[in-house]
Amino acid sequence: MQIVQLILFLILFPLVTAVFMLFVGKDVERRWIVKLSALVIGVVLVYLLITGFNKGTLFFDIGGEPIGLLMFAIELAIAAFILYMGVRYKNYLVVGLIILQTLIMVAFEAMFTGKVEVSSNLFVDQFSIIMALIIGIIGSLICVYAIGYMRHFHEHHTGIPDKRNQFFFILFAFIAAMFGLVFSNNIIWMYFFWEITTLCSFLLIGYTKTKEATKNAFTALWMNLLGGVAFSIAILYLATLGGGVLGLDQLLASGKAVALIPAALIGFAGLTKAAQLPFSSWLVGAMVAPTPVSALLHSSTMVKAGVYIIVRLAPIYQASATGYALALVGATTFLLASGIAVSQTNAKRVLAYSTIANLGLIVACAGIGTYEAIWAAILLIIFHAISKSLLFMSVGTAEHHILSRDIENMHGLINRMPRVAAMMVIGIAGMFLAPFGMLISKWVAIRAFIDASFGFIFVIILAFGSAITVFFWAKWMGKIISGTPDSENIEGKVDRSEWIALVSIAGLSIITTFIFPLISTFLVKPFLIRNYGYTTQISQYNITIMIMMLVLIVVLPLSVLLPHRKHRHAAIYMGGVTTNANLQFTGALGIKRQVELSNYYLESMFGEKKLKTLGIYLCTGIIAIMFIAIVAGRVIS
Amino acid sequence: MISVVWAIVFILLAPIAGGLIAGIDRKITARMQGRYGPPILQPFYDVGKLFEKEHIVVNETQIFYVICYFVFMVFTGALFFSGADLLLTIFALTLAQIFLVLGAYATYSPYSHVGAERELIQIMAYEPMVILAAVGMYMVTKSFNVSDIAASSLPVVLFIPGIFLGFLYVLTIKLRKSPFDISTSHHAHQEIVKGITTEFSGPSLGLIEITHWYETVFLLGFVYLFFGWNPVLAIIAVAVIYLFEILIDNTNARVKWQLAMKSSWAVAAIVGVVNLGALYYFVGV
Amino acid sequence: MAYLKKSPWIIHYDASSCNGCDIEILACLTPMYDVERFGIINTGNPKHADIFVVTGSVNEQNREVILNIYNQMPSPKAVVAVGICATSGGVFRECYNVMGGIDPILPVDVYVPGCAARPESIIDGIVTAWGILEEKRKTMKPAADLTFPERPGIDIAPAGGAQ
Repeated sequence: MQIVQLILFLILFPLVTAVFMLFVGKDVERRWIVKLSALVIGVVLVYLLITGFNKGTLFFDIGGEPIGLLMFAIELAIAAFILYMGVRYKNYLVVGLIILQTLIMVAFEAMFTGKVEVSSNLFVDQFSIIMALIIGIIGSLICVYAIGYMRHFHEHHTGIPDKRNQFFFILFAFIAAMFGLVFSNNIIWMYFFWEITTLCSFLLIGYTKTKEATKNAFTALWMNLLGGVAFSIAILYLATLGGGVLGLDQLLASGKAVALIPAALIGFAGLTKAAQLPFSSWLVGAMVAPTPVSALLHSSTMVKAGVYIIVRLAPIYQASATGYALALVGATTFLLASGIAVSQTNAKRVLAYSTIANLGLIVACAGIGTYEAIWAAILLIIFHAISKSLLFMSVGTAEHHILSRDIENMHGLINRMPRVAAMMVIGIAGMFLAPFGMLISKWVAIRAFIDASFGFIFVIILAFGSAITVFFWAKWMGKIISGTPDSENIEGKVDRSEWIALVSIAGLSIITTFIFPLISTFLVKPFLIRNYGYTTQISQYNITIMIMMLVLIVVLPLSVLLPHRKHRHAAIYMGGVTTNANLQFTGALGIKRQVELSNYYLESMFGEKKLKTLGIYLCTGIIAIMFIAIVAGRVIS
Repeated sequence: MISVVWAIVFILLAPIAGGLIAGIDRKITARMQGRYGPPILQPFYDVGKLFEKEHIVVNETQIFYVICYFVFMVFTGALFFSGADLLLTIFALTLAQIFLVLGAYATYSPYSHVGAERELIQIMAYEPMVILAAVGMYMVTKSFNVSDIAASSLPVVLFIPGIFLGFLYVLTIKLRKSPFDISTSHHAHQEIVKGITTEFSGPSLGLIEITHWYETVFLLGFVYLFFGWNPVLAIIAVAVIYLFEILIDNTNARVKWQLAMKSSWAVAAIVGVVNLGALYYFVGV
Repeated sequence: MAYLKKSPWIIHYDASSCNGCDIEILACLTPMYDVERFGIINTGNPKHADIFVVTGSVNEQNREVILNIYNQMPSPKAVVAVGICATSGGVFRECYNVMGGIDPILPVDVYVPGCAARPESIIDGIVTAWGILEEKRKTMKPAADLTFPERPGIDIAPAGGAQ
């Protein structure tokens, strides 16, 4: 099969599945269709990888006017729908933004249809393949997970209307849109897929139709629409440049003087999609959605679309004030969001803020834009998607059985749900411990920052942010592995589809850490060479060290399987006071008390309100300065 | 040049060196307090005794975590002395310490728990400074490899004096000396009994002690890097600095964790910005 | 090699003492008597300790505590009763709330009478205790070397007395 056919298949096949999902009658049908689709997508992706990884960048002249018009029609339909929703729920911000955005696009179509030529609408290169692998493999596994999760969800939340057909339809349509986004060279096509992801996010966040869900869905909508407006202005601007510069390849080739304004605007759109400060509240609010939504959209794929385009435009950002401004927004977000995560007790909020923080780090790398930084950014994208989706899924599964999302209720999870707890530990370890991927990526990022101009500022921010992440991940891990006596093992009732997804991604997490040198050599380096002309690599010795550490970490836990003498058990030391088997003791005045140990949340230092307000002011200021500087620069020159 | 020989020397000799340093530490502390103090070989007697004791546990997994702590700490030191990448070494150190913290958490005991939380706060407090120290060394010698930094002919400490002082500040935390010995201490019992090591006994405790010796040798090695251009001066500097740490230990009371953390961060931020900024401005990237 | 003699760590517990003996024990740690010369460290943690130093007599409230602390100590361990109250109840022996010295509860290895016991006697008592510890360690040795699971009826780690 030709590569272009593979790409078209990847974009269109999930749509077919989506339509099938609309007409499913029984859960067992759903299971089969989802698993089959996941398998097919996986196979096609592997085939694409094998045939495509060494072909460099390929452009495909597919589609043209009719597709463009179809897209425009769909965009208008979406706009109408959003307008209707905005009016119905009296959210006039949304109404205003969608009207503005539609007007801009209508103006564009009216003025420039037929007058702008894009040579190739689709393309593929190694970075697209990496993104496609993430979307396809992790995305399909999350859809498999969703089968079991949503069954459980509706069994327990009988008050929420069971719209699973629509739910899965939107999930697969979203995956199709994401494929379209990463294979598009035509910026208008990118914008089209972008808007579809915004719509999917809005619908999925509001799935439970509770007041809070609806409110948060609208917050997500207006923030993403704001990005959409910026995107559409960029398109209009690009169209006015002689002959129109509406292909990504044309944009990258046109040089900084021309490309900086649209790059800044599209970068701003990326910031909103990736929930950077000051636009972070939509992602945190989106945690009310069912966990598959959080895992798929709000950690591994949709928000990656935001950083994806910033990374794509990185050659333009390199050594420019705009790039530094974006990088500063990213770095500040990394630091402050990590700080806020310390004070959160709700597991999903911790994961949300950690996602925002890591996206900030990727944005910082992309804003700096040197080849080393992009290398770090791509590695971060890969490893973060894997670990974070694993964590969200484990938390979702655990939540169904312990009936709580609060970290304080997860003590002793290793006894109550051993295998799920093990997955969670692997996920957490993957986020901050050497030699797992995220830490290796941070290591690469430090080296990348320090070689850039003024990089030391970013290194300082990264050092502090990194230290904070150690704190909140380790204390969560401690909670999970703490040995509470005689807890009942409630794991038996976990759905098989959830197990498949969890085990697969946990395995993937360990495997990718082992093979990341291969990923680096065969996928990332060719991409860097093409876009930057040269590349870098980790020394063989360092790779050997990492492999040694990885082997140790994988082998040492196996030692618990070795037969060993049982040691004498003693009670915990409580100053001599005796505790019974349930950790109750007689306290002062003879009152029976329970031993309860809770983590430190350091509210006074890392309170959400304080840090978020600080972040909003700082980052709004930086973005404002970025735009003013560009406009002023343009006006003067 | 990567040297496996040095790594093996470290693995074999560091516990002896670390134990002797600990013994000398106690002796000098005792003399400062006007008493005789234990013999210099006392730490070895202590560890020997611990290995002769019965191995009591609260939770069987805590033994596993302590063994991992030991293995990865030895690995960290071996990495460092073989001349590998300094950043990787720092991250391996963090990994080792997380295992100790997990071992304390596994017991679900109040004193262990508070000790573990405080240990994490300690890690959060010193990690920025240690990373910035490595970054500072890179900016001077243009390499992250310990072997290159140690062999460099540039007077590293004169280029990054601020970073050096900041590193000394957090060294107090790492060596578990007052005023920053908030999670566990070698002194008499503290307000959370033995903190992170409360629920470990016998061989586990002995292993933790040996691991601390390895860590001490590694940390003093890090200090050596600042003076690498002149080995004799470096060894003298390491000795002087350790004596200085003992002095600080005996003349200060333990502070609250808030002060420990905020002051460490303030120091790291200030020396980071000022020293690295000045280095960047004068020397270039 | 015999390390127990060179590094006996104590845990000190005040059962119902008037603090007289406690002050004398702490005096042993001061530069005047300096028991750290012998490697003695006052650890407040039973799991780290070898010698259990108890002052004061036993009553209903601290009976459980003494047992709890003793059980958390790893073998080999020794108990030193400091002061006449810990030895036999002292002047409070006939009181309604006092059960006597600590020997009804724990197997005491060394008695250090006195009211208050002088630091020299206390040090002498600890020195005797570590000799006893060494003896216990020797008898414990075969048991500690067993590597297969516990045989019924045989205690893998015979502590120096009741568990």
